[in-house]
Formats: sequence, structure tokens, C-alpha cells
Amino acid sequence: MTPMQFLRKAWEWFDARTDTSKVLGPIMKHPVPPRTGWMYVFGSATLFAFLIQIFTGIALATAYVSGAGQAYESLRWITDQAFLGRLLRGMHYFGASAMVLLVGIHMIRTFLTASYKFPRELNWVVGVILLGLTILMGFTGQLLRWDQNGVWSTIVAAEQAGRVPLIGPWLARLLMGGQTVGGATLSRFFAYHVFFVPAVIFAMLGLHLALVLRHGISEKPRVANPVDPKTYRAWYEGMLRREGVPFWPDAAWRDVVFGLLVVACVVFLAWRVGPPQPTKPPDPTIIQAYPRPDWYLLWYFAVLAQLPHGTENYVIVGAPLVAGICLLILPLVFNKGQRALSRRPWAAASIVIIVMSVGVLWYQGEHSNWSPDFDARPLQAAIVQSNNPQVQQGAELFHAKGCEYCHSIAGNGGHRGPDLSTVADRLTDRQMTLRILNGGYNMPAFASSLLPDEVSALVAFLSSRKIAP
Amino acid sequence: MSDTPESSEERRKFLARLSIGLGCVGAALIGVPVAGFLLAPLVEGVSRKWRGVGAASQFQNGQTVEVKFEDASSVAWAGVTAQTGAWLRREPSGEFTAFAVNCTHLGCPVRWLEQAELFMCPCHGGVYYKDGTVAAGPPPRPLVKYPVRVQDGEVQILTSPTPIT
Repeated sequence: MTPMQFLRKAWEWFDARTDTSKVLGPIMKHPVPPRTGWMYVFGSATLFAFLIQIFTGIALATAYVSGAGQAYESLRWITDQAFLGRLLRGMHYFGASAMVLLVGIHMIRTFLTASYKFPRELNWVVGVILLGLTILMGFTGQLLRWDQNGVWSTIVAAEQAGRVPLIGPWLARLLMGGQTVGGATLSRFFAYHVFFVPAVIFAMLGLHLALVLRHGISEKPRVANPVDPKTYRAWYEGMLRREGVPFWPDAAWRDVVFGLLVVACVVFLAWRVGPPQPTKPPDPTIIQAYPRPDWYLLWYFAVLAQLPHGTENYVIVGAPLVAGICLLILPLVFNKGQRALSRRPWAAASIVIIVMSVGVLWYQGEHSNWSPDFDARPLQAAIVQSNNPQVQQGAELFHAKGCEYCHSIAGNGGHRGPDLSTVADRLTDRQMTLRILNGGYNMPAFASSLLPDEVSALVAFLSSRKIAP
Repeated sequence: MSDTPESSEERRKFLARLSIGLGCVGAALIGVPVAGFLLAPLVEGVSRKWRGVGAASQFQNGQTVEVKFEDASSVAWAGVTAQTGAWLRREPSGEFTAFAVNCTHLGCPVRWLEQAELFMCPCHGGVYYKDGTVAAGPPPRPLVKYPVRVQDGEVQILTSPTPIT
């Protein structure tokens, strides 16, 4: 018996006892609508990204220490010393990024083709839950780096949870695992990230896939074929009988090609770019911290920075709630009718608006102009350009008294407040003095921390800031 | 003994209810201790402790400096995370005030700008005056103060929960 014959015999023996080919065969070969094309690969690609996360995550868990006092050191060891550790961390990071990105694209595609309509409403609902779980994985995963950013992100998350009416303080305390961030915090997040949330994801993913098999993937939308719940199922089954093609391999080959492309991109980025470097140690007494979320939540960070004062509590709690409810009830409200995008202009417009809004917010989050520039340096003589001792003193005070943290002069300083490079062209000495002493909506009053001649020096300096005559 | 169709139907109904009921009992037997363990942070009272942060004489009047102290309920594996920082201000009159470092907006650590006499938050630009009141930006309320006292010449801060505002 040749080895091939032996393997075949072994397989037949196994299959006769398990009915594997009888169970899996019809699933693999089930008919799908023809000519679905490349638009339908993003769901399976998300699954491939999730597989990367499972395998790299298990490998990382063999070395990562989930104790608050040692996690940071173990992360550094994985990154800098462990064989292939840097690559693995990079794959886990870019795998997470790919998963968030692909889940978003998959969702936009489903929305644009209105595949959430009858009878696939629950596929969408479960998908929305999976989106939430994916973001939860991203956020808890970011904390597991347990560097300074991780510690402060936990506190920021707890503060946001604390805004929930009535139960907010309880939620905050549960997030921290106590009254402060400490030994109990990280082990909790570790358990959420590697056991709890993945278990729910597996359950939801199973349901999501079972529903895809139950209802079949949606056919390409056509204006002539609006969805009528009374007749759709019979029509869909008839269509599959007439022109359906087997999923394997007629449609699956595209999933494999695109999935491999995703995996290759993740490995390439992990190799060339590498994982985010750990920031400072997780010592809560190191005040020089600037916690920021990873890129996929940076747009929300920008929202929180730019809300009008007083609306925050409503937005922090209300916005995710309203967004979640809208997404969940979407297929229940609009479950029939046209699927073709040419007949759904508002659907197209809303995607354009959402993508543009998130894009703009993301750009703003990346630049974070609302943050004071703590690295601002004293203004150089070449910028001050004055022999007047009072002007020079004013320039020194401009830095020393913190003005430069929020206002820039000739490209030096923060962007939280207006650029003052040519302020003398628009404000008089008196207006500047009043503003400095009394402050404003977004500016502190300096009356109590400046001496009269310091105010004069500052104003003298600012008065010299104008477009050269 | 022969079962009539009715009695066997009754019996099945009873057995189904019994099985579901027993299943719920079993789930509760497992679930209650698990849920209790996970929700423990809500019910555990933490005794607050006075922690020394240095001799009163080492702090100059009119100055604000960072001090560190250990949390009340630190566990052996907490490492550096068992520490909490605070801004300790000594008023010109000699009195002490201790501020939580957490911005009341979203909890980021505020920095003290010595010459400008301002606390500034790096995250979203909240600013506070030296007495902790809001000077500018999104913070909804002043910096939270920790209880502070001087005992036998030592400045002590009372450990407190992270302020959730």
C-alpha cells in the first residue's frame, strides 16, 4: 500500500464514522448567487483577520505576564528580546487594525447593497454586536500594553463610564477593579480580552455564519427586484436553482485570494513598521503623560475634545447609545423595498457624510490642536527681532507664563488659542491688556499672576507682532 | 401499570419543568459565586489610610510640588501601579492643600506650570488656577482635593478613590 493509498483508506475510515463529507460537503458546495464579484470578500476577510488575532494572541499569551507590576517588563521582553516577538506583536497590532478596518468596510458594503433587508435582518443585528465586540477587543488590547498610555487610558475610560446616570460610579469602579488603578485592574482587563469577549465573539460569529448559510448571501441588487417579504424567499430559491453556482470554489476563491492579501499585508507591516513601542512605565505618579487611543478611536478622542462645554454628559453617554440603537433597529424599520443604491440616495449620502465626518475628526485627532504644546521652547532672538529690552522681556514672559503653550508666534508654540504672529494688526494695546488680565472663554485670567510691569512688557512684545510695514 | 395518554403527557410536562428548574438551580449555584467574585469591587469597603509624603519643613510657602504615596489597598503584585501622585501646595500662610492629579474632564494627569501658576491638562487643554479652580477649557469643576494634615511635623494625605467626576 502506497502512502497515498493509506491516507485515502484512513480518511474513508474516519469519514464513514463521522460523516464529515456529508455534513461539510453541502455547506461548502451550497449554491450562491452568480456574479457576486469582489464586493463580497470583506466579511470573510474580517474572519481571516480574526484568525490572525487568535493565533498570534495565543502565542503572545505564553509570554505575557498579566500582573500589574510585571506586564510592562514582559511586553518589553517580547518586543526586544523574544525570538520573533516583535513580529508577533506587530502582527497582533496590525491584525487588530485590519479587523477594525475590514469590519467597517464589510458593514458599509452591507449597508450600500441593503443586504440587511428581509430575511437577513438578524445577520445585521448580530453584525452590529460583533462590531461593538471588535472595538471592545481593540480597546482592552491597547490597555494590555500596560505602559503609561494603558494606565491613563483606563482612567479616562473609567471617567467616561462614570458619566452614566445612576450607575456610573459603579461602572467606573468595576472597570478599575477597585477604587484606584492598581494590582486588580490589569488582570481583569486581561481576562476580558482573552476569555470573556472572545467567548462572546465566538458565539456571535457562529450565529452570524449560521444565518448566512440559512438565508444565503444576498444577490446583487437590481432596481427591478425590490424586496417583498411575502415572495422573496421563493424567488431567491428559484433564482439559486436556475443560476446558482457552488460556493466552493466558484465564489470562495476570491475570499481566499483577498484573505491571503490581508494576511500578507499584516505580516509585511508587522515586519517593516513593527508594533507600537511601549511608552513610559505604568507608574501613575509619572505626570508627563499624554494618553491617546490607537488610531481607530482617535476620531472619538477628537469628538471629546471639541464638544461645547455642558453638552458632554449627554454626548459621552448618549451618542454611543443613540448610534447603537440606530444601527440595531435599522433593518427592523427598513426591511423591504429597494436595494439598489440608485434608488436609495439618502443611504449613499449618509455614508458619504459619516465617512467624511470621521475622516475630518480623525485628521483633527491626529493633529490635536486643542492640546497645549508642552514642548514649546523660549522664543529665539531671530523671531523676537527687537533691541528694545521691554519687548525682549515680554518675549521671555510669553514663554515663562505659559502663553506659548497655547498661542504660536511665527510657527513656535501651541495652536489651542489664536496665532499671535501678527496680533498687533488686529488688537490695540488696551484690548490686549484687558484680554490678558481678564482671560476669556477658553483662556485663563492672568491678573493675579502678572506684575504690572510684566503686563506692560508682554503687551509691548505683542504690539511688535505685526506684518512688517 | 399502564399509562393513559393523558397521564404520560402530564408526566412529560412535569419532567420538562423539573429539568428546566433544576438546570436553573445549577446555573445559580455556579453563577452566583462567579458574579459575586466579579462584582466584589462594588461591595468591598476600603479602609482609608493617612500616608506620609514628607516633612512639613521641606515644603516652601507658595510652592506646589508633586508628591507620591501608596494606595490604601495595594496588593503584592501591583508594582509601580500601587502608587498615586498628588499636587501638594503650601499656601503663603503655611497651610497645605493636596490636589488629585486627575483633570476633572476625563481624568488625564494635569501638569503644574511653575511660573504661570497654572495646572494644564495635555489631553483636551483644561486649565486650572493655583487654587484648583477652573481657568479655561472643558473641565466641569475644580480639581478634587485630598484630605491633608500635618502630624508630628509630617505632611500626610488620606488615601482616596480616584475621583470620578
